[in-house]
Amino acid sequence: MVAAAAAMAADEAERARGRRAALSFATIAVVLGLPLWWKTTETYRAALPYADIDGLAQQPVRLVVPMAVVFGPGSVPGDLPRPLPFRDVQEMEISVNLRTSVTSRYEMRYRSTTGQEEAALAAATAREADAALHLLQDTTLGSLTMYVVPETSSLLPQGINVYVGKHRSALVRAVGSLAALQARLREVTQLMSFTATSIAAALSDRVPDGQLSPDARRYLKSSLGYEITFSLLNPDPKSHTVDWDIEGAVNRYVKPVLDKLSLVANFSVDSQILYYAVLGVTPRYDKESSSFLLSAHSLPHVINPVEARLGSSAASLYPVLNFLLYVPERSHSPLYIQDKDGAPVSTNAFHSPRWGGIMVYNVEAPASPQASLPLHVDVDMARVMEVFLAQLRLLFGLSREEVPTEFLLEGPGNEGLADWELDHLLWAHTVENIATVSTTLTSLAQLLDKIGNIVIKDDVASEVYRAVASVQSAVTKLSLGHLHAAFQASKEAVTSSERAFFDPSLLHLLYFPDDQKFAIYIPLFLPMAVPILLSLAKIVRETRLRKKEPTKMD
Amino acid sequence: MAAPEAAPLAARAEAEAARGGAGDGMAALLLLLLLVAAGPGPGPGRADAERERRDALREELLLSPLPTGDVAATFQFRTRWDADLQRGSVSHYRLFPKALGRLVAALGVRELHLALTQGFWRTRYWGQPPLQAPAGAELWVWFQPTVPDVDKAWKELSNILSGIFCASLNFIDSTNTVIPTASFKPLGLANGTDHHLLRYAVLPREVVCTENLTPWKKLLPCGSKAGLAVLLKAERLFHSSYHSQAVHIRPICRDASCLAVSWELRQTLTVVFDFFSSGQGKKDWSLFKMFSRTLTDTCPLASQSKVYVDISPKNKETELLEVSPPPTSVHEAIVQGDRKTYAVYDLLSPSLFNTSRSLNVQLKWKRPQDSSEMPIPTLHAQRYVGGYGLQTGEICTLIYNTHPYRAFPVILLETVPWYLRLYVHTLTIITKGKENKPSYIHYQPAQDRRRPHLLEMLIQLPANSVTKITIQFERALLKWTEYPPDPNHGFYVGSSVLSALVPSVTAMKDVDVEQSPLFTSLFPSSDGSSYFVRLYTEPLLVNLPTPDFSMPYNVICLTCTVVAVCYGSFYNLLTRTFHVEEPSRGGLAKRLANVIRKFRGVPPL
Repeated sequence: MVAAAAAMAADEAERARGRRAALSFATIAVVLGLPLWWKTTETYRAALPYADIDGLAQQPVRLVVPMAVVFGPGSVPGDLPRPLPFRDVQEMEISVNLRTSVTSRYEMRYRSTTGQEEAALAAATAREADAALHLLQDTTLGSLTMYVVPETSSLLPQGINVYVGKHRSALVRAVGSLAALQARLREVTQLMSFTATSIAAALSDRVPDGQLSPDARRYLKSSLGYEITFSLLNPDPKSHTVDWDIEGAVNRYVKPVLDKLSLVANFSVDSQILYYAVLGVTPRYDKESSSFLLSAHSLPHVINPVEARLGSSAASLYPVLNFLLYVPERSHSPLYIQDKDGAPVSTNAFHSPRWGGIMVYNVEAPASPQASLPLHVDVDMARVMEVFLAQLRLLFGLSREEVPTEFLLEGPGNEGLADWELDHLLWAHTVENIATVSTTLTSLAQLLDKIGNIVIKDDVASEVYRAVASVQSAVTKLSLGHLHAAFQASKEAVTSSERAFFDPSLLHLLYFPDDQKFAIYIPLFLPMAVPILLSLAKIVRETRLRKKEPTKMD
Repeated sequence: MAAPEAAPLAARAEAEAARGGAGDGMAALLLLLLLVAAGPGPGPGRADAERERRDALREELLLSPLPTGDVAATFQFRTRWDADLQRGSVSHYRLFPKALGRLVAALGVRELHLALTQGFWRTRYWGQPPLQAPAGAELWVWFQPTVPDVDKAWKELSNILSGIFCASLNFIDSTNTVIPTASFKPLGLANGTDHHLLRYAVLPREVVCTENLTPWKKLLPCGSKAGLAVLLKAERLFHSSYHSQAVHIRPICRDASCLAVSWELRQTLTVVFDFFSSGQGKKDWSLFKMFSRTLTDTCPLASQSKVYVDISPKNKETELLEVSPPPTSVHEAIVQGDRKTYAVYDLLSPSLFNTSRSLNVQLKWKRPQDSSEMPIPTLHAQRYVGGYGLQTGEICTLIYNTHPYRAFPVILLETVPWYLRLYVHTLTIITKGKENKPSYIHYQPAQDRRRPHLLEMLIQLPANSVTKITIQFERALLKWTEYPPDPNHGFYVGSSVLSALVPSVTAMKDVDVEQSPLFTSLFPSSDGSSYFVRLYTEPLLVNLPTPDFSMPYNVICLTCTVVAVCYGSFYNLLTRTFHVEEPSRGGLAKRLANVIRKFRGVPPL
């Protein structure tokens, strides 16, 4: 009996030892094995500022325009709230969508003219006054100066109330009350800086599709550089030898504009002549005018076959702006483009949004039909470049079409672009860059969040941090009214964010799915886990039994 | 290998006509432009005349019947541009293709030679080619001394070229790029030949097809719409024994005084048609039979457009062949040491198209030619892999000098991938039973996964001799991810390159390089007594030990099983509960024994 009890006790001790061994196995496997396995097989993922990236999308952008309103003698409205000089602030909400809030804020400084300015305003014409005033102005990018001239001033022609100069100033005819003046000033400032539509166009990625005007889709996306290619298409070199002095024309007409625009982006210009390049559409012959017609609805089909010949810009990644001059074949000339109503387009040109423009250049038929072929054609570059430059301005959203009739805009002069037009572009591009960066970073963060296999290297992470910091500094600089600094920061942010997004190291393990990873370890895990789980189950069952036993005894 | 070309545009081409009047702003602009246009500037007439002379296109086609009865057609399109591409200011292109011009300007390329070849030029049977290229893709580039990082520029260049030509040139990396020291000299104008500015790579596995031909044709000013390029019909060109297309860009002297630089783009295409087997044993051919097209008009941009037909008599006494229509002229030249006679058709001469609307050059043999007396080229070579098994092997190269009395040196360039481990001490060069010591050896050993072996030797070839060069190698084991798809196909080793100045049998006289047929002028001959030849040997196909690719998983499974078995018994031992077993009544044998014992009256067990 004693021996039996001793045996029982030994048995129990033995069983307890077995239980302990099983438990310690399980503990070691869970505490040591699993973390070790997890640690050795996990991918390296540097920490990213997810919260900041989330914040970017909702960050309110405040565009501050520093502005000076200068009253000439005899133009001060009677109902000024305070004596000059004083400061005032006007804020305006630009609604894009529910999440993005853009506020424009005009910080106005009202003052009266200085002696020099008075002398300048005494000039005979508005143009001279503008030139004289330019020397006295604040030339910071984005800042504006408005000179209010008396209602009876002869500086502005009859019927014109606002004269916008070549630089960053405008002459405004005074109206009776301050409120009326402010309304007029608001119109001018919007023209010279940004309007709700230009900002909405810049944020076109975020605007719901229906709300956007077709014009907004026309503008080129903001980029660090653009390549401009002029191509002369000569589909019929047998009949026409076409020569164009493109080098001279580029130097004379395009270069001044691009020099001015170089603040916005890098530009490179080149040209080529393509022979035997035909349009994809056969034009329709019109008997009445004995000419050939391209109707507006066939224009979309013109570009594709031509583009195959244009050649890719293999040497750079910037978007290409194509301007094609098409000299129609002898058998298809003269060729005219019809607009939607069937009337011929006077410029004989059309443009394709975000792509470029095409102009048809007809060759006059030779006086005698026996004239020897090929016919020598010298392209009138002034005529061509006028159209191409207009298209270039259109593609950059700088067309001067939607201007009220009481406004007079000074021609841009030799530079091809007024200072305020440059500012207009900078405002739009800065806002667009900020939006692009936040979209890029958000989608990168989402992607990385969704696919846990992607390796995030330290340099990718540092690019993301740099992009976030740059974009935040761009927003801050905007709200301080430093347009140029904000634009530079937004450019840096774009560069960094693109570099992070397109980093090739992100792709390395992208296509290595989780189930394969587990399939490889199954042969190890299964034989190890099964005994542990079985003995754990046994232990649990025994403890439960033992707990029940005493109640049974009772 | 898909063309990264024009994305479909229809979606974004919601073209809209530019508004007619364009507002007063535009009117102001127009006024301004007109004012500026009236300002000083060169008159248009003068500018034209100036530009007219600045670039020129010359095209030609050389048709040569080969000794075996095949016909080789070599197209050459040469665009010459009197402008300095390197300055960067030049960006207005007329005949020179913009894509290549920008490449040269942007990456500081001094000379670029790219060849894409399908098939192998059989020098032994076909004779010296005008311009041979190794099977697959070959690219060699000289960079400007101003290029800061040649390797980076090389990488970028090969990527861009791969985009332009739809070829897998992006696979060029440090494992197949070498820097030859002696074999490749600049073919154009160069001051200084610092070979660190040179990069050379061959991709023997590259398959050349229509997708490479189309972009090549697109670089021609007339495309394939007019001129000789009309004949370039992909369907026929790739139905041939050999197809090689190349692009050569080099700077050349603008004139005899050589004070200014011009750039030359030479696009060549060589194709060999096999008419002996496809033409029922007849060796007659015509343009239409070869290309299923005839020449109808000239490219209006070409300043020269000629077809040359090689009608050199094989033996002096008899004219064996007949060409029709009658050629416009006959040109005699000494090409690669042989006196050649060419029938020339000048497409620009008005008389040619007078009689018929199209030109279909035909060649007829007057009587069957003996194929027994095939001329053997002075220099030719052969290469093969020796040895057996999957561990070691041997690369053997045989170089033949059939010149009756002149010895000449040859530079041999071998590029062997790192996974064949060459043993340089086994290098033997034997000529006529005796060891032949090379007078120059440059050997750069491979580094695993970093760079290939490079072996360059200058070997003297005695007259009328065969030189056998052997070197042994060991096959390396690759990591399982390094095997290409279909690894059992084998691994290619690129052709080795033989460069030599071959002494000429017939004396050559100095000719004006600019006026001579284009196919003779890429390698200018140094003097009258010898001519330059560059030959490529066959690419090799070597089998490497290929694993069973499910092996890694099998290994994992096996190790895991072993681990699991060990672990299982260990676990079992440690967690099993041991009972002290009461002795039982025993087994059947015991019981049986006890029964017997009972009978015997002995106490049971």
